[in-house]
This record gives sequence, C-alpha cells and structure tokens, in this order.
Amino acid sequence: MTLLEVRDVSVSFDGFRAINNLSLSIGEPELRAVIGPNGAGKTTFMDIVTGKTRPDSGQVLWGERQIDLLRLSESQIARAGIGRKFQKPTVFEDQSVRANLSMAVRNKRGPFAVLIWRATAQDHQRITELAHEIGLTERLDDRAGDLSHGQKQWLEIGMLLAQDPRLLLVDEPAAGMTPSEREHTTDLLKRAAQTRAVMVIEHDMEFIRRLDCRVTVLHEGSVLAEGSLDHVTKNQQVIDVYLGR
Amino acid sequence: MTLINRPPVAATAPILAQGTQTPPPRRGFLRENPSIPWFLGLLTIFTLIVSVLSEGLGIGALSTSMVKILGMTLCLCLIAIAMDVVWGYCGILSLGHFAFFGLGGYAIGMWLMYARTEIVIRESLTGAVLPPTEAELSEAVAAQIFGVVGSSELPLIWSFAHSLPAQLALVVLVPGLLALVFGWLAFRSRVTGVYLSILTQAMTLALALYLFQNDTGLRGNNGLSGLQNIPGLFDIPQAVLAVWFLWASALALGLGYLLFAWIVSGKFGSVIRAIRDNEARVRFLGYNVEGYKLFVFTLTAIISAIAGALYYPQAGIINPAELAPIASIYLAVWVAIGGRGRLYGAVIGAATVSLLSSWLTGGGAPNIEIGAFRLMWADWWLVFLGLGFVAVTLFFPKGIGGLFDKIVRKAP
Repeated sequence: MTLLEVRDVSVSFDGFRAINNLSLSIGEPELRAVIGPNGAGKTTFMDIVTGKTRPDSGQVLWGERQIDLLRLSESQIARAGIGRKFQKPTVFEDQSVRANLSMAVRNKRGPFAVLIWRATAQDHQRITELAHEIGLTERLDDRAGDLSHGQKQWLEIGMLLAQDPRLLLVDEPAAGMTPSEREHTTDLLKRAAQTRAVMVIEHDMEFIRRLDCRVTVLHEGSVLAEGSLDHVTKNQQVIDVYLGR
Repeated sequence: MTLINRPPVAATAPILAQGTQTPPPRRGFLRENPSIPWFLGLLTIFTLIVSVLSEGLGIGALSTSMVKILGMTLCLCLIAIAMDVVWGYCGILSLGHFAFFGLGGYAIGMWLMYARTEIVIRESLTGAVLPPTEAELSEAVAAQIFGVVGSSELPLIWSFAHSLPAQLALVVLVPGLLALVFGWLAFRSRVTGVYLSILTQAMTLALALYLFQNDTGLRGNNGLSGLQNIPGLFDIPQAVLAVWFLWASALALGLGYLLFAWIVSGKFGSVIRAIRDNEARVRFLGYNVEGYKLFVFTLTAIISAIAGALYYPQAGIINPAELAPIASIYLAVWVAIGGRGRLYGAVIGAATVSLLSSWLTGGGAPNIEIGAFRLMWADWWLVFLGLGFVAVTLFFPKGIGGLFDKIVRKAP
C-alpha cells in the first residue's frame, strides 16, 4: 500500500531549481535509501514532506485518505505520523534525556492537555524501554547537552521512535558513529521498517549495502534511478553523475 | 485522522533487563521545586515583619509611605515573574508587558474614582430639598471627574465604572483580550526575536499615546488620581489600608509564584523551554508552537494586569506615562539582572533594582563629594544601572540568581 506519494513537485530558490518535477512514493512497511550527490535535493525533499518548505507546484499525498500534506502545518504533519531526524543532532541540550524523550512520546500535544499531563506508569515504561534501546539507561537524568555526539544521535533516534510515526525520515543517521554503533543503527532501522515506512538519506555506501533495501538516486532535483543497490550502481547515468566522481 | 496503532519498535526489541527496570520514584511537587517553600516562607516572614513594624498595625518603625513602597515592590515582583516566564522560559522578549500592568491599573482606577466621587457627591447633596435622581447624580459625577479635560459627559467606556465586579472582570478581560489578539496576529505570522520585541514596544507606545489624548475618556495626561482612597473605607486610616494592600500584594505574589512554578515545572515547562531553544524542532515533534506562545503570552499579560490592579491603589495615581515603552524595558532589565529562567531570580532583580532606584532617586542616599565633582544619585543612578546591566550580561549571564547555583552545588 502506498503511504506517501509525491507527485510532480518542483521548487526553486532564487531561480535555482532545487526540486524538479520530482515524483516518488513509499509504501508501508518499506525501507528505502535515498542517495545522490550534494545539491541533489535530498534535504529539500524532506523539508517539503515535513512542511518546512512549500513547493511551487505538485502534490504530496498521505495515507489511506490521500490527505494533501501541503495544506498542513509542520506540527500537523508530525501529528499525522511523519517523524524526522536531522542530519545534525538537534536535541534540547538544556534538558534531561528523560525530558527530551518525554516530550517526544506520543501523547496529546495541545497546551491545555500538556499542562495537566502527568506521566503514567505506561509512559515511564515506554521511556525506560526507549532508553534501553538507545543505550542511555544510565544517562536518563543527565543533561542532554552533556552527552557525546554519538549519544546525541541516539537520543534523537530515540525521540523519533518515541513519536511512533508511520513514516520515519532519517537524514544521515550514521554520521559520527563508531562501526559498532552503525551496526546497531542498521538493525534498528531494519526492525522499524518491519512495521512502518522508513526513508534513509545516506552517503555511506557500506551503510546502505547493509540496509539491503530499495535505493532511489536523486540528481538535480529528480529521480535518476530506482531499484536494488546492485541495479542502480550498474546504471551508467548513476555512475556518471555520482559514483564516478 | 485515525492512526493505526501498532506495537512500538522498542517493544519488538529484545529487552533483557525488563524485569529489573523500575520507574523513577515519584517525587512531590514541592520536593522537585525546593525554591517554593523557601520563597513562600521568606515572603510570609517579610510580610509579618513589615506588619509588626508598620504605623498602622504595629510599633510604627516603618512609615506608611514606606509600607506602600514595599507593597508596590511586591506587585513589581509579580510582573517580573510573569516577564520571566514569557522571556526567560518561553524566549519571547516582550517589551510591552507594562502596558498590561497599566491597563489593569486603569480598569480598577475607574471604579475607585467613580465610586469615590459618587459617594462624595451623594453626601454633599444630602441637605438638598429634593433628593437627586440617578441621572443627575451620574451627571454630577461626570462633571466632577471630567471637568479637568473640559467635558461633563461620562464616556462610553465608563459604563461599568459604578460596578466593582464588572471593573474587576475588566482588569482581566481587557489586557487578556489585547494580548490574545496581538499575540495571535504576531505569532501566526511567525514574528520572532527582535522583530517581536519591536512590535511589543510599538504596541505599548501606541497605547500610551492614545491614552495621552484628552478625548479618549481616561482624562488624558491627568490620568486617574486619588486612587488611594478606597470607596466605603474612608474611615480607615491610610496607615492601616497600606498594610492591607501589602497583605493582598503578598498573597497575589505567593499565588502567582505557585501558579508559575507549577506551569514551568512539568512537561509544559519542558515544551516552552524547548520552544525557546529551538522552536522549529518543537514543531517537528508535533507541537503547535504558536498555541503555546499565545497561551504563555496571554496568561502572563493577565497576571501582569492583576499586579497593576494591586499596584496603583497603593501608588494613588496612574497616568499614561506609566505605559511608556521605557517601563517595559526596565522590566526586562530587572529580570536579566536577577537571572532569567528562574522565578526567584526575577523577584530578586525586581526587588533589588526597584528599591535601589526609589532610594537613590528619592533623595534617600547622600550625595558624594569627589573633589570638585558632586555625584548626584538622582542624575547618575540610571548610568550606574546601565553599567550594571552591561556588567551582568557580560560577567554573570545567569544574573544574581545564578549565585545560588554555586551555593547549592558547594553544599554536600
């Protein structure tokens, strides 16, 4: 079943066409890797799907009811079930790991509901499980700012999982991680993709090979090739624009 | 939209340690916020000491005007914690919260002035042959109040001035509604940072200029005066009233502190601090940032208005100069000096700076002779305040309140 469908989307910044008639869709469950040279429009694509950037034309349809995401705000899109992990880890450094996860755990998001919210046993359980999953059990009550770069990455992945999204958009998850951490990340993403849609932007070919999934190659704002990693790496155009460099 | 519930990812993971995991011990609200019992205790002791030393109820060591200054200072502390929540916690540098403070003062001032004038006129007419009709009475009150701006008609906005409950409701409703509409327009357009500060300055300036006009129905630059005379309580000496108002101000400050401490300590506090640090990220977590900002902006505006409604009966007079943009800037300076992002810091800043200011500019401090040069505190105080602000910003970014961290951390 198609979960997200992007149809003929274009956007330009000051005359530069960052996304050019891009069409792309992802099913549920599915694991997908998106690769492409710098400036291919990978991050802009994520910005469009999450509502940060409004395209000049095209459609972005979501879910069974084909909801037009372009009419929704960032927070509505997030509540509809799209979670995003940024390239640079962006956690709330001033607050504890627990507070960071607690904000992300799926609960009511309105100001009044949050004001009277008190953590239930279930919430505690969920946070403990997540902390275990991301290896931060011992650091739950520490400031997020005191974590190492890799741990911040993990915390952000934990926050993403806490949101319990139907689609995870993950921008370079393995950046700054040790080889064993990378392995853990691949496992985690593969497991997540058993029940939901996961889209990973990555530069590291080794990492993508381990994900062992369908690959979409972007170039100059549109899809250049799609298929298994072996299939796309044999594609002459892909070799020319990307791998050949 | 209905979302299909599926087992969370982590649940499918092999969690070996599951049996040994314990939820964190639930700590009480007061245990988590040790500043609350401290603050409320000190506030109570302060209030008792001032009461005992007062002229009205105690041994008379403190003059009535001093008691009023202290009561007013408590009101300033209340608006300072409101400012701390909106700026220190939520990151909205509002430079217009004194407008709400002033509006609260005007709303209560209208009743104080109207009701007092009505009583006075009623008394003066008791000897008349015919008892005055309500219309005559109202006309006489209007002539008395608005004679100073050359009018004798009661403006429309004074329609409820005869009713204390109505004016008390307006103390909350007028500033609340203004904040709601202003905030809605500003936040939905995603105006942030310095641009928002400028907008709030424009708001308070526009309001002050409007009130300065004679025909706006609030007596132009004369403002409302004689507010220290409480209708129905003429027999009670000012010395006693001053203590009563001190109590009311202390109660309001205590309740305000509790309310804000509760708001900023839970998940709501987490979310607004997250908005302060990275609002775009909060949006991607699914929170409607604008709704939160609007909530905080409006709530703090209402608390500011309540503080103003308690302040001006003690000050005795309110005029449009109180709403001047500079007043709101001072408010930000108090909070910065005291230490933003902690409620007691705001109280320390407001109390220290405003009391120092009234002492130094009120002629309380002796002038200092340095050779041929004579240091006049009244002239130089603002210069020192400015230098102090710069010094705090550069060397103590956490303000005076930041010193407490060092003390607490050193303790075993």
